[in-house]
Parts: sequence; C-alpha cells; structure tokens
Amino acid sequence: MAHLDRLSGNEAVAVAMRQIDPDVMGAFPITPSTEIPQYFAQYVADGLVHTELVTVESEHSSMSVCMGAAAAGGRAISATSSAGLALMYELLYVAASSRLPIVLAVSTRALSGPININNDHSDAMGARDAGWIQIYAENNQEVYDNYVQAFPIAETPEVRLPVMICQDGFITSHAVENIELLEDEEVKGFVGEYNPEHYLLNSREPLAVGPYDVTHYYMEHKKQEAEAMKNAKAAILEQARRFEALTGRKYGFFEEYRMEDAEEAIVVIGSTAGTAKATVDMLRAEGRKVGLVKVRVFRPFPGEELARALKHCRAVAVMDKSEGFSACGGPLFAETRSALYDLESRPKLINIVYGLGGRDVSTKDIAAVYDRLHHLAQTGQVGEVYTHMGVREEV
Amino acid sequence: MSSQDMVEIRWHGRGGQGAKTACLLLADAAFSSGKYVQGFPEYGPERSGAPITAYNRISTERCGIHSNIYEPDYVVVVDEGLISCVDVTAGLKESGAIIINSSRSPEELRPLLKGYRGRVCTIDANRISREILGAVFPNTPMLAATVKVSRVVDPEKFAKDMEESFHHKFASKPQVIEGNMRVLKTSMEEVQG
Repeated sequence: MAHLDRLSGNEAVAVAMRQIDPDVMGAFPITPSTEIPQYFAQYVADGLVHTELVTVESEHSSMSVCMGAAAAGGRAISATSSAGLALMYELLYVAASSRLPIVLAVSTRALSGPININNDHSDAMGARDAGWIQIYAENNQEVYDNYVQAFPIAETPEVRLPVMICQDGFITSHAVENIELLEDEEVKGFVGEYNPEHYLLNSREPLAVGPYDVTHYYMEHKKQEAEAMKNAKAAILEQARRFEALTGRKYGFFEEYRMEDAEEAIVVIGSTAGTAKATVDMLRAEGRKVGLVKVRVFRPFPGEELARALKHCRAVAVMDKSEGFSACGGPLFAETRSALYDLESRPKLINIVYGLGGRDVSTKDIAAVYDRLHHLAQTGQVGEVYTHMGVREEV
Repeated sequence: MSSQDMVEIRWHGRGGQGAKTACLLLADAAFSSGKYVQGFPEYGPERSGAPITAYNRISTERCGIHSNIYEPDYVVVVDEGLISCVDVTAGLKESGAIIINSSRSPEELRPLLKGYRGRVCTIDANRISREILGAVFPNTPMLAATVKVSRVVDPEKFAKDMEESFHHKFASKPQVIEGNMRVLKTSMEEVQG
C-alpha cells in the first residue's frame, strides 16, 4: 500500500535509497545534492540500512568507491551536482565501459564559470556521452519513481550500464511537495536481489576489471558498449511496464502532453515541463492547438519515437537548459533535429536556450514561446533558429 | 486548475530568521489538512542577514508550475526593515493581504507600501517571541499570523497539528512546547488589520 507524504526531491531520493538498501555509498557533499548523503547518513547511523557509507575527500574518490564496490559484486550509489560531476568525469567513462551498474543521483546545477549554485543542465549534459543511461524528472514524485526503476534497468544482463537519475537542483531538489511513496517491501520486491554474473569477490572465477585494452580489442568493446546502450531502450520500457503494474504510474522515453492534434509543440526536459503543461492548459482553453513533449530518457536517445511524436506538428521549439557552445544550438536541439531528418516532411524547428544559472521560467515565458511558434507556423518564417530566452541585452 | 483554487504566498525575510522554516512548516500544516502543497526557498549565496525569499503554493489539486511566484495572494514580511529595500508588494493581489512583523499599526505602515490598496496586517512578532520565549524567533509568530489572516488552513486544526509536531520536534526538551504554543495562540489573537 502506498502512503502519502510531503518531501523535497532530495529527501525523496534518499528515501528510495533507504528502501533499496544498497551495499555501498561513496559520499561527498556538493550543493544542491548535499542533502542526499546527509539524509542517508542518518539512516545509516539509525541502523535503517546495512549500507557501508564511505566518506571520501572528493567526487573522484566517491565514484572510485562506487566502481570498486560494483566490481566486487555489490550495489553502489552516490549523489552529486555540478563541479562534483565534472570531477568524476574520467571515472564516468571507466564505470560505463567496465559495465558497472552504478546508480548516481544528480541534482543538476550550472557548471562554473562564472561560479553559480543554481539550476541548469550543463553538468549532466556535459556527461551525456560518457556511456551512462540518463533519466530526468519533472518533480519529486518522478525522481523517486525513476530511482526505484534505476537498478533493474542498470542490472539487466543485456545492458549492464550505470544510470544517472537527474532532477533539477533547488527547483525540485529543495521544493517540498506531496508525494506517494511505496512501502519498503514493495520497493525491495521491485528491485530484487542482485546476482552479478562476474564479480571480483568470486574466488571461483579470478578476473581483472579495467585492464589496458589494446587496439586489437578496444573497438570490439566499444561496439559492445554501444549495443548495450541500444538494449537499454527495451530494459527501460520493461521496467516502466512493471512499475506501472505496481503503482499505476505510467512512464516511457518521454511524456506527450495534449499532443493528439497539436500543431505547435515544445520539447523540454525537467521541471519546466510542469510550468509548460500549465501554459498548454491555459492556451488550449483559448482554442490554441498546442502540446508538449517532456523528454525523460536522454540516453539512450529515443530518436525514432520522438520523430513519430512530432511529425504532425507545424512548428516545434526545442528548449535547452544548457549552452553547448556548438554555435548552432544546445544538445537536446541537436539530437531532436537529427531525429527529424529522416522524416519525409518535418515541422519547422527552433531552439531556445533558457534558464541558465537558475534564471526563472514562468508561464508567461512559455506562452511567449508558443506565440512565437504560432507566428512561425502562420508565416513559415523561421527567423533566427537558435536564441536565448529572456536575456537582457544591455546590462 | 482555476486560480481561485490555489493560494500563493511569498515570504520575505533575512537569512537566519527562519522564513524558510516557517514556509516549510506552513506546507506541512496544509499537507496535514489534505491539501496539495509546494514550499520552496529561492536560493543564492546565503549570508546571515541578507534578504531571502521563500514561496508556498497551496491547492486542492497538484500544481505543476515550478516557477517563482509573481502575483501572490499573500506576502509575509518577517523583517520590517525589508520594506525600504525590497519591493515587497510587487504583484501582490489587492484581494489578498500583506502581513508585516512590526510594532506599528497597519495605518502607520500603509503609506510605506507604494500605494498597495489591499489588506495590511501587522503583528509584533519580535515582542511576542521575546516576552514568551525570552529571545527573538519571529518565524513562529509570523506563521501563526499568516494562518489566521489567510485561513489557508483552519486555525484551530493548525494549532492542534503544531502542538503534535512540537511534541515530536522537542521530544528531548518538552519544557519549550508550552511556550511555543503560547506564542502561536497569542500571535493569532494579536494580529491586527
């Protein structure tokens, strides 16, 4: 039986961690994810979990702890943000290529510089090509639900890749909202026992993890890793199906909101989707045919599915909460535009970089995007493809 | 969800005064009365004494909006000195109210509020706190005054819920529970306007 509570996004993640009761946590604090190891350390101190909490001197080490623990055959977790994720960068690739099913909670935050503690997606987006599955949440409920699904996805034998469970730093990590929690036994039952096929503590099967890979084998291993990421799509949908059977809450690669007959649509990741849905409702009440696609899974990228969802639209704005400095748009835009290329007829597409360093996004801001899309659909004039939202040009 | 079903509250305080805690306690109280809640602070480089803002949305359905609040129904000012340096009435609905921690009367403060024509309420939270608890903790009195003025939760149920939560929070020092409950009740009685 589910029970109702009110928790911040960070506390929701910590509760899911407690319910899963993993073997090891590599812990190092950084704003705005600090509360996660803080709550979890209390659970450890209170004897509510059997987890070995390893407090270290940096995120490079916290991820190294996770890798050692996962290679030994345990379930390993950590949490981080911003510069902490950047300091893990080298290890992220090693964890993924060593096929270690670690779960990392990321309360997303801007990367320096200039130094800023507030939310955007530049930290997680910077790690998008590291070989990790990335699942993003709109609110506390979703980050909790995604976290519960993470280990079964990561540990699927055809996948065996680490997972990042991302939520918007402060905006949801520090916002207290209603939440429906599963009972501890339900979570334990859903996640199940972990029985790795190969692990270092198995004395009957001596093995090495992470040795030098010569040119003669390296490409084969990277191809296997790429295949594993393709396989993750089926695993994500399978765990979503199991989760829906347990909770009634439905998840997929993305959420389509009022897209059935939508002519103008926004594609967005994270908490802004909630603000945008409220805007869609207001505009729908005025008779406007607007809709929204909220991308939940960014890695693996659901390109074909997204193209199918958008192909009937006349105009689409892809909103990026990170600036990729490609000089032609953010990462979500690049992926979405690439996904649409194979369609016979495509919607007109624009890219809006928004919300960097915690810049707030209101329903009025979103309504202005739909107005721009409407104008674009009416006139066929795309104008500037790649713009930034709400920037004061003269400071 | 129509806007009539949702109450939006903006808190202005200074770092260290407990405005964020009061905001989260209000979210707790509203949750206990069966509402959907949001309670969230606006973060920056925190310094003790610097102006901070926190927000509540309280409604009968889940609210998906995750922006700051620009047109609040109620504004709570935990430090009177902020009136001169922060635009506390910005966007405040005239059908709502502003609740200020001050020893002055609503009539004395209204001229300082940039022509705000809605309800102005005051409560001497510092004095109440000092007299009953022996120190200045303005957030509990401001929370109580806010509940009384906004009736976003039933004041009697609020007092009962808070007493339970004090018993839990102060389990190791029960001697402070009685004082905090007196602060709560006195504040609900003394708020003016």
